[in-house]
Amino acid sequence: MDLLYKILIDPFVQMGAAPDLLVQTLWEGLVSGVLYSLIALGFVLIFKASGVFNFAQGIMVVFAALTLVGLHEIGVPAFIALGLTIVVMFGLAYLVERLMLRPLVNQPDIILFMATFGLTYFLIGFGELVFGGNPKKMITSQLYLPSGAYDIKMFGGFVSLQKIDIAAAVIVSLMVISLALFFQKTRIGRALRAVADSHKAALSVGISLEQIWVVVWFAAGIVALVTGIMWGARSEVSFSLQIIALKALPVLILGGFTSIPGAIIGGLIIGIGEKIGEFYWGPLLGSGIESWLAYVIALIFLLFRPQGLFGEKIIERI
Amino acid sequence: MRMKATILASAVIAATALTGNAPPAAAQESIYVPLFTYRTGPFSGSGIYIAEGMHDYLEMLNQRDGGIGGVKIAIEECETGYDTKKGLECYEAVKDKKPVVINPWSTGITLPLIPRASVDKVPVLSMAYGLSASAIGDTFPWIFNPPATYWDGASMILSYIGAKEGGLDKLKGKTLGFIYLDAGFGKEPIPLFEQMAKDYGFTLKLYPVPATEMQNQSSQWLNVRRDKPDFMMMYGWGALQPTAVKEAAKINYPMDKFISIWWASEDDAGAAGDASKGFKSLNWHATGASFPAIADIKKYVTDKNLTQTDKSHLGRVLYNRGVYNSMLIAEGIRNAQKLTGKKVINGEDMRRGLETLNVDEARLKEIGLGGFTGPVKLSCADHNGHFATFMQEWDGTKWAKIPGDIKPMADKVNPLLTAAAKDYTDKNGNWPKRTEACDKAS
Repeated sequence: MDLLYKILIDPFVQMGAAPDLLVQTLWEGLVSGVLYSLIALGFVLIFKASGVFNFAQGIMVVFAALTLVGLHEIGVPAFIALGLTIVVMFGLAYLVERLMLRPLVNQPDIILFMATFGLTYFLIGFGELVFGGNPKKMITSQLYLPSGAYDIKMFGGFVSLQKIDIAAAVIVSLMVISLALFFQKTRIGRALRAVADSHKAALSVGISLEQIWVVVWFAAGIVALVTGIMWGARSEVSFSLQIIALKALPVLILGGFTSIPGAIIGGLIIGIGEKIGEFYWGPLLGSGIESWLAYVIALIFLLFRPQGLFGEKIIERI
Repeated sequence: MRMKATILASAVIAATALTGNAPPAAAQESIYVPLFTYRTGPFSGSGIYIAEGMHDYLEMLNQRDGGIGGVKIAIEECETGYDTKKGLECYEAVKDKKPVVINPWSTGITLPLIPRASVDKVPVLSMAYGLSASAIGDTFPWIFNPPATYWDGASMILSYIGAKEGGLDKLKGKTLGFIYLDAGFGKEPIPLFEQMAKDYGFTLKLYPVPATEMQNQSSQWLNVRRDKPDFMMMYGWGALQPTAVKEAAKINYPMDKFISIWWASEDDAGAAGDASKGFKSLNWHATGASFPAIADIKKYVTDKNLTQTDKSHLGRVLYNRGVYNSMLIAEGIRNAQKLTGKKVINGEDMRRGLETLNVDEARLKEIGLGGFTGPVKLSCADHNGHFATFMQEWDGTKWAKIPGDIKPMADKVNPLLTAAAKDYTDKNGNWPKRTEACDKAS
């Protein structure tokens, strides 16, 4: 009986007793969710264009952030370093297409998936060779990203909104809108959608697969850079950031591998769900449950929508 | 074709001979010391400093003195990435090369090596980490963990908090929070904390951080904000630590009530900028490079580019920790040479050398580390020493020592250690009884 009370009643009593903490938890969940969405977005872009689950997305986050900070460390002004990092990410996209994807055209998806493993280990080794293994501080102030917090008094307590988190939410929203417009309204965007539907059909109408792949990997590189800046500002820029990419998996399961809105909504559901779960129900299970709670949330959704929230329902003739 | 193959084979043989890849004679003239390190991966932020300090001190002895007792030290690093599986692969890779000691540098790697050490006759030096109960030399003759165990560290943190509050009895009714890496290392002091919570009447709140969430701790710190612990204690490593300091600052947790075990680096402490001021950590040795031994490292190793070390790392707290670790290795070897009369020692000799280790003030001064740390004396029964530490506080730019030694609460810790050692042997079936003789100096 006591256990049932703790599971079914007590968390809601706590929510009512300290609504400021509830708002804070929702805010933290929202911010985490936005950042998870960002990581998931990188996966979705590449999966849509090539059907490949890009295992290297996590290390691309680290690589982009390290390039930015590393360039600044050697004296390059912050915004020039940002520009150069974008150039580096374009170079990476070009090389990936030229050296990895092009020779593997028409190979089964699993081969391409394994190739992204190779890319991961290459980028880890290359990154450590160039930048070393020492964690670095994100150049937050040099990029004019805000620091500090707004402490808002409410419900007899306070809610603390970190300015960097607000900036993250705004930047990510702008980025998602830009990407959506790019893929919906531009010729390249329409070509990408054509490639996503069918490589052969796209080729037959003269769409260049090579060009599309470079564009998509470059877009995923930009997403990785923004992710690296935002996560790096919250903690530090180090190779441990690549673990954060694992957070994208439940988001993708939930939102579907091919849907940009799915990545956004999925990220928010996972972010808010795991924070609420950890805060109100975590202590019952010894805390530290959010690492697996995200998967539980995703699996519950899968029971009802196996293709994910916005994923395409695949019907195959057998 | 055959000619080509012959030429190729000859070239390989010649190259092997010239580079000395298989020089049994040379191997006999050196003492092999593998160092398990992690300069890569999620924990490299902590691991790099340690690796640098350990390597550089031993290399300095090679360069300055020609090794120890006239025998060069063959230093070989094996990258574990702080991953237990890779650590065990490293162990398998070095085991047959007759190492005199293993430095796992991970509690997770240390634990599976404990039963292997006596079988393979290789002592394991888990310096201030690993299984606390392995301090009991009668049960674990091959494991050494000076100068203090994780349980000692936990008791010293509580002792410090008690002193701040006006006595340990004043902890009654208080709430103490414990944030930790949700792995063997972080969980290690929990039994002691739980026992102390019963003994002194405080409430213990646990905030585990899975390795995958090290940089995503907002949930844990929301819980801290709700629970309002009077003090926060931390057993963290790698990216967990700077993130925790940042998150503590974010919720305006009073930093002077946030105390870490001895693994916080300058980077970790300063992560929140000015808001980090007051953050505390245990330590047992000096920071800074103003010691003759470290000056010699600069002269003989870093200035000659015989290392990967970034020169600015010399004197950092975890760099000096690595130096301390290698000082123990070197003194163990020296002691073993003295004890056995042999120049080239083996694992068994090293075990005896460590068991009779006695690095007093005079000896510390002699090796260029006078005032760096306190003396270390081990014995057959006590492989740890349970030495005092001190608290240091982050002043915004550097660690500042808070005067006064903090001794472990032996009356509380020792009975638990004995019980834990018995529990360990009971659970491990036919745990061998100690057959190794104790040397006179013990």
